[in-house]
Amino acid sequence: MTTKTQTGLEAIADIFKQSADQNRAAFLPYFPIGFPDYDSSLDAVEAMSKVGVDAFEIGIPFSDPLADGPTIQAATQIALENGTTVRDCLRAVAELRARGVDQPMLLMGYINPLLAYGVDAFVHDAKEAGADGLIVPDLPPEEAAIFSSACADAGLALVFFLAPTSSAERIELVGKQATGFIYVVSLTGVTGERVELPPGLTEFIARVRENTSQPLVMGFGISKPAHARAMNGLVDGFIVGSALVRAGNEGVDTVRDLAKTLRDALD
Amino acid sequence: MTGTINVDSKQLPDARGYYGEYGGRFVPETLVPALDELEAAFHAALADSEFTHELDYLQSTYTGRPTPVSYARRLSDHLGGAQIYLKREDLAHTGAHKINNALGQALLARRIGKQRVIAETGAGQHGVATATAAALLGMECHVYMGTVDMARQQPNVFRMRLLGAEVIPVESGSKTLKDAINEAIRDWVTNVETTFYLLGSALGPHPYPLIVRHFQSVIGDEARQQIVEMAGRLPDACVACVGGGSNAIGLFNAFRDDEDVDLIGVEAGGLGIASGAHAARFADPALGRPGVLHGTRSYVLQDADGQILNTHSVSAGLDYASVGPEHAFLRETERAYYTYATDEETLEAFQLLCQLEGIIPALESAHAIAEVIKRAPTMPKDSILLVNLSGRGDKDLDTVIKELGE
Repeated sequence: MTTKTQTGLEAIADIFKQSADQNRAAFLPYFPIGFPDYDSSLDAVEAMSKVGVDAFEIGIPFSDPLADGPTIQAATQIALENGTTVRDCLRAVAELRARGVDQPMLLMGYINPLLAYGVDAFVHDAKEAGADGLIVPDLPPEEAAIFSSACADAGLALVFFLAPTSSAERIELVGKQATGFIYVVSLTGVTGERVELPPGLTEFIARVRENTSQPLVMGFGISKPAHARAMNGLVDGFIVGSALVRAGNEGVDTVRDLAKTLRDALD
Repeated sequence: MTGTINVDSKQLPDARGYYGEYGGRFVPETLVPALDELEAAFHAALADSEFTHELDYLQSTYTGRPTPVSYARRLSDHLGGAQIYLKREDLAHTGAHKINNALGQALLARRIGKQRVIAETGAGQHGVATATAAALLGMECHVYMGTVDMARQQPNVFRMRLLGAEVIPVESGSKTLKDAINEAIRDWVTNVETTFYLLGSALGPHPYPLIVRHFQSVIGDEARQQIVEMAGRLPDACVACVGGGSNAIGLFNAFRDDEDVDLIGVEAGGLGIASGAHAARFADPALGRPGVLHGTRSYVLQDADGQILNTHSVSAGLDYASVGPEHAFLRETERAYYTYATDEETLEAFQLLCQLEGIIPALESAHAIAEVIKRAPTMPKDSILLVNLSGRGDKDLDTVIKELGE
């Protein structure tokens, strides 16, 4: 088991420093625990950790994932049918640490399973397992007081979102409350692969940067090497989810190869 | 009286949309600006006499409001206790109370400048009401409906299509109301700049529970006055079925300060609480616990790990894993009392109302009648029960034929 001397927040800050030094955006793959089964999901994350990715978004399955498109809906449904629990996802983080995965890991889950587990208990156990932060897509800053204080006490990041619909006031508010980074949603919509990146990203990001100095990590619709390359110089990092999950249907090697292709595109 | 009442600022929700510990706004960030816009437009509309006059005009000349209160003489005699009065929302245009809210929100959509409306529907009554309002106001309308519900509410699917709406089948999850709401939210998140989400029950993120209560409060405002005119006094109890809880909150709201009037909500008991196959969020402490579903904190049927459970009810409109947050608050403060009726009790009540009063109720509303059958005989003959007959049952004939044929 890796002995962690840094807080989660410090570990996350480091990835943006490193990638900035290399003049590229950081790459944060998403993968849900329990898809296509528990062991394979850990194998997929471990395999990706060896091709130079910067951090992970580790998905906790939920029965009603309303920010997700069909690919992640189907995968997390399979994970639930496999019996995957919140506790399994925490255990997965600890096991990945034991296997030597040393990148920051942020747990991504909808709010209700976290409430059912207990917010303080969850944050405590997430830290114990070796996680570095938390991403909750149906938790806007106004509702986050309990999560914010628990994460602050544990040194874990609590990531909030911004969207193309966000006003200057929202950007400022989210900028003040987010820790670790801000998850910038590239488009109005749900997760899922798109052929092209949406137009107007440069203007959108410029508008966000005017109102906050937090690191920005873009997600939704990013799936191809050309998309990944376009993140360099635009944002501090990006997340790829659905494309990797789809690759997960074909096996761990396919996931690793896609992650490597996306990572190599950044150099 | 067809008036839209003003929202009393002393009443809940608070500024963040909370009713005590319940309510709030648990949504993806993309939707926050749209909810802010909706809240501002709603308050501006209420202060605009042109808006309230137009809604009142439509309610009286199009919906057919006020709907009557009927004295159920034969049912009262048969049960041998309380005198039973029915608030006849089944006589509103489109056959249920859902039109009250659909018209109000459709006028709001037009005011905000959005030409595309989307809705979720369970029994199809809210879908029909939304399709109707969209046809009346010349809007584009898409209705999400689980395929299980489409199969058991075929007539309403056909009605929606006749009214020019696109009915979008939802195959995910349990293929019922919960999943239809998921898909409607996904559509809204994608098309939020052009689209108005016309939510049909007193649930979802703030300000929806407030808006739906407001537009449905016409039920209780009318009924309170009507019962006083007919019976000479307020009722001893008001009874309504509770899925999301819009017809119930619409009735209860007018009686909230009448401390001597009991407020009774009836959930779907399905095959019985012990079976686990029900939609009784309050009646099953093992499965119904506070949680967050569809943007609001309320009672939610969930497993130990916080996964939302599939529900069962003979009535599609009550077949939902959560309940409007204000009902959770009314229950916790003991202002309202919640019970349940099983499928079997509901089917008996359905038939009894047909035979004794010549009224075919919606299966949802028959849950309220089932509670009346239990409660009325225990009450003195000079006591009064006011029941919200929230919809008519034409849509349910296939289901009832199937259930009774077995």
